Amino acid sequence: MKTFEYHRPKSLADVGAMLAAAPEARVLAGGMTLIPALKLRLSAPTALVDLAGVADLRGIKVAEGAVTLGALTRHVEVERSAEIRNAIPVLAELAGGIGDPQVRNRGTIGGSVANNDPSADYPAAVLGLAASVKTNKRSIPADAFFTGMFETALATGEIVTSVSFPAPLAAAYEKFRSPASRYALVGVLVAKTKAGVRVAVTGAAPCVFRAKNMEAALSEKFAPDAIAGVRVPAQGLNSDLHGDAEYRAHLIRVLARRAVSRALAYSGKH
Amino acid sequence: MKVDFKLNGKVVSLDVEPNELVSELVRERMGLTGTHVGCDTSQCGACVVHIDGVSVKSCTALAITLQGTSLTTIEGLAKGGALHPMQQAFHENHGLQCGFCTPGMIMSAVDFAQTHPKPTAEGVRRWLEGNICRCTGYQNIVASILAGTAAMHAVKGA
Amino acid sequence: MANPTGIGVALRRKEDLRFVTGSGNYVADIQRPGMAVGVFLRSPHAHARIKKIDAKAALAMPGVERVFSGDDLKADGVGGLPCAWPVTGKNGAATKEPAHPALAQGKVRCVGDAVALVVADTLEQARAAAEAVVVDYDVLPAAVGVLDAIKPGAAAVFEDIPDNTCVDWELGDRYATDTAFKKAAHVARVSLVNNRLVGNPMEPRAVIAEYDRARGHYTMWTTSQFPHIVKLLMGNFVLNIPQHKLRVISPDVGGGFGVKQFHYAEEVAVTWAAAKVGRPVKWVCDRSEGFISDAHARDHVTEAELALDERGKFLGLRVSTIANMGGYLSTFGPNIPTNLYGPLLAGVYTTPAIYCEVKAVFTNTLPVDAYRGAGRPEATFVLERLVDVAAAEMGIDKAEIRRRNMIPLEAYPYQTPVMMQYDSGDPVGCLDRVLEAADWRGFAQRKEESSRRGKFRGIGLCTYVEACGLAPSRIAIRLGVRGGLFESATVRVHPTGHVTVLMGTHNHGQGHETTCAQIVSEKLGIPADNVEVVFGDTDKVQFGLGTYGSRSAAVGGSALAKASDKIIVKGKKIAAHMLEASDVDIEFKGGVFAVAGTDRKKTFADVALSAHFPADYPLEILEPGLEEQAFYDPVNFTFPCGAHVAEVEIDPETGSVELLSYVAVDDVGTVINPMIVEGQIHGGVAQGVGQALFEDCVYDQESGQLLSGSFMDYCMPRADNLPPMVVETHVTPCTHNALGVKGCGEVGTIASPATVINAVVDALSHLGVTHVDMPASPNRIWHIIQSAGAARK
Repeated sequence: MKTFEYHRPKSLADVGAMLAAAPEARVLAGGMTLIPALKLRLSAPTALVDLAGVADLRGIKVAEGAVTLGALTRHVEVERSAEIRNAIPVLAELAGGIGDPQVRNRGTIGGSVANNDPSADYPAAVLGLAASVKTNKRSIPADAFFTGMFETALATGEIVTSVSFPAPLAAAYEKFRSPASRYALVGVLVAKTKAGVRVAVTGAAPCVFRAKNMEAALSEKFAPDAIAGVRVPAQGLNSDLHGDAEYRAHLIRVLARRAVSRALAYSGKH
Repeated sequence: MKVDFKLNGKVVSLDVEPNELVSELVRERMGLTGTHVGCDTSQCGACVVHIDGVSVKSCTALAITLQGTSLTTIEGLAKGGALHPMQQAFHENHGLQCGFCTPGMIMSAVDFAQTHPKPTAEGVRRWLEGNICRCTGYQNIVASILAGTAAMHAVKGA
Repeated sequence: MANPTGIGVALRRKEDLRFVTGSGNYVADIQRPGMAVGVFLRSPHAHARIKKIDAKAALAMPGVERVFSGDDLKADGVGGLPCAWPVTGKNGAATKEPAHPALAQGKVRCVGDAVALVVADTLEQARAAAEAVVVDYDVLPAAVGVLDAIKPGAAAVFEDIPDNTCVDWELGDRYATDTAFKKAAHVARVSLVNNRLVGNPMEPRAVIAEYDRARGHYTMWTTSQFPHIVKLLMGNFVLNIPQHKLRVISPDVGGGFGVKQFHYAEEVAVTWAAAKVGRPVKWVCDRSEGFISDAHARDHVTEAELALDERGKFLGLRVSTIANMGGYLSTFGPNIPTNLYGPLLAGVYTTPAIYCEVKAVFTNTLPVDAYRGAGRPEATFVLERLVDVAAAEMGIDKAEIRRRNMIPLEAYPYQTPVMMQYDSGDPVGCLDRVLEAADWRGFAQRKEESSRRGKFRGIGLCTYVEACGLAPSRIAIRLGVRGGLFESATVRVHPTGHVTVLMGTHNHGQGHETTCAQIVSEKLGIPADNVEVVFGDTDKVQFGLGTYGSRSAAVGGSALAKASDKIIVKGKKIAAHMLEASDVDIEFKGGVFAVAGTDRKKTFADVALSAHFPADYPLEILEPGLEEQAFYDPVNFTFPCGAHVAEVEIDPETGSVELLSYVAVDDVGTVINPMIVEGQIHGGVAQGVGQALFEDCVYDQESGQLLSGSFMDYCMPRADNLPPMVVETHVTPCTHNALGVKGCGEVGTIASPATVINAVVDALSHLGVTHVDMPASPNRIWHIIQSAGAARK
């Protein structure tokens, strides 16, 4: 990989200052996406700002019906947290299915959310659970955060500091892995919340999105057969070697139905 | 930039380049060539090492981030001349053929054993998502990891 | 008492210790003093004329030694990479062998074609410099798929080769086959694709070369399955280095599977460059580069038909295949879809008339060559798909139709209509055993259970024959190979009775270090621990042909047995001298030389010591020392055969196929180490399952860009893709080699694609599906289910 300057600030203020001084710099969290991109020379920033030394970005808080994850919270911590498993089981389960064990040992929620890879899992959780993304500047509701392929509402110099997930009444995540990369070919998170039903879809399109017609149908009746008649258009969905748009559109329906079944089974247990 | 860390139990202090990978550091600089590089997309797992006791793909970690950590490579796994129980299990169960993926497999397997006191074959197969082997069809690797995990827990229990 | 380290023992492997501790020695691990790094600049285009290469900016960059291009090689008189196995086509036509320069000259013919070699102090410098080399291309239309490449008006890969046709080959009796079809009660037909694959051994290829100017001597380390052949081809035909001035070393090799049994362009360019820059040069391929520089595999399009009588007896088989050769001929390219394919179409059946024609075609893709199984999985897939289609169409049970057509045990040795004479085998025995082990009869119940869960379950059966133990030189030379295919072994007995063995074969995961030691242990009655086996260094080991084509035990092992026998003969003479007896009276058993009928004896170690302290030897009849060498050329191929059964379950909602079980019963001849044989079959099956369900090397059919160029898109089988496998052997020994071994490295890969796809088709048969192309990916299966459903409505 090409060389770059390396900075390891200790505080959020220092991070802000460094990013202001070097707008071309990239932020390093777990590095699970950034380092492969650097190695393949797909990205060649002049400087890296490593967040690892910023204590404010760490920590899991479970309180008042919400789970708040510091941006540097690793997937493995979420996967293995008994508290999270109890408060929002779908979150622990989703984190436990990201990448492989070594990715989960290093990868962070902040990195995943800020990167907004079209086939990443966390964006489905953030959007599906109506989380709010806190940054060093403001708080951004999930619906306003993911703006396009690898694009978010984050401004230059703005970094994710934590993500807050309100506990849903019931939720489940179903993922169909792309055979080679094991990323989500399609992933669907269905959540029944106090504010209504949310269905977030990742992997299928250039950016995570909400399937609003499914949400409407499920709001009427939260049951698998409620979405049997919902049409999912293939137009605008991704096509690649492992799944064309028509197949992805079909999978969205299948996975949503399965997620609803599982969400019901979960809520039945509670 | 200077980094201080422990490498296979020994304190080292090195000047590293910002763009140097942990895999490059151990292979090229420290001559520890047991850590292998089998892909450039962070998928094959031949390069797995332990950083602070946890399995990490060394091809996807910057050497500069080793500051203050403890790094263990395949060469540092066996203690006092005898094979580590996981190494022994791979040997006993024919869990390797060409040997290229083996160091990463074993390092990954040790992490599995540490975090899975009651392992199942399905659990091992799922865990190996990040380790590709082209030779064995995985069957004997799964058997090796189950046996190695049992042996590690037996040693701990004793 | 049985020898605890002899033949038949599941001895734990000798080579393991260094691999589990990370002390293996692969080419990429080697550092040489003053070593520079080489990086290849590769073509981003499938087909283009090189107008100009401007390296001025690159040469000015820090650390850069030189930038070499094809013109530099040409100016220096460097030859092209030779094809070692051309074949003779219809009417005696020769294989077209266009020039294959190590660095492209004038034109690039595939994405990845090497255009320049940059040598610099460090990898980073060389990469940066390679990016700074400016190549001006005139991009040409590309011929990508084989069917497109032979259409009128297709882009010409080589201007002087019409219709992009490398060779149009045939085998068998066309007239007899046509006659058989006229008598047929039923004809079954398939048209299918054998999907293109990338072998992907986990160790990427690597080369280090250095030149000792004072000695005029080159040393090259390369990840090769056959260092002697690389030395001969590169030294003699490409770089003009006298054979005694070139040493080729292949240390530990991290998997080969055929991918490392070719002489590659990088070996030439790096070795040549090392002399030019006067420092050792190292090139290590990364995985993405491997996808566009390793030879690819398979890639056939086939039409086939099987003629049957009213009882389902096979009367004739007609096969027409178009095979991709890629943009240049790789070392064995033309031989794979011809000699290693056509003769295998006989299978284990008594089909009396077979005709096969194969058109090998140039395209603007990477060269295509051997990969585990090489020709034989393709043939088995064609034949066994046809048999299933015929069974379904005629309403005959799939096992029964096979049984009816199998060569009975008593018919061996059996001459097929397509070249081969099978020495031994018991296909019916293998079939009976696999049906039993896989509970073939209980399938209906399991299918019912799956169906209650909304899943489609299918069972697949496949039988196969393999021709391996490559190869009897006299036959192979007649078939076009430019060399011999014998094997060699040296047994060097040290004064203490310890033994070093030098093998002409190699070892890249097959456990040969252990199995060779077991052969010596069995023969000489010494523990396997007392035997060290050396491979892969042309300065240490006598000329040998290397490891491929499941030949190492059958041919290499036979050479080793022969060399060991010579040791015994010499040992008897020494023992006779020591015991003051006649050598005809000396018996050798269990490591002891004894005078027959007496208790006078000498151990193997006693004899070894005496051989090195010949105080009173009758020198005119007895030489000191104890070292013997043998060269062994087999009289025939060996013919493993067997039967495999797989069960799959398909989720009709997602199209995903789960492989539930896999049972293999194989006749691999005498088993030297059952643990290793089982492991070889596991691995072979996994690779064939990969072809059937996961792996697909896909090019954009217009641009010739490789779309599956990394593990992100090329699906390697993982642990959770595979079920536990059941592996059994059903042995009939090979009749023409001393050990009775046939070979086990490729059988799994040969049988499993057809086994699995037969199961997939079976699972979908209720929808009217009769064929599924590989890989049976979820996307593909879902679409098949959709269109089958639509067709029924």
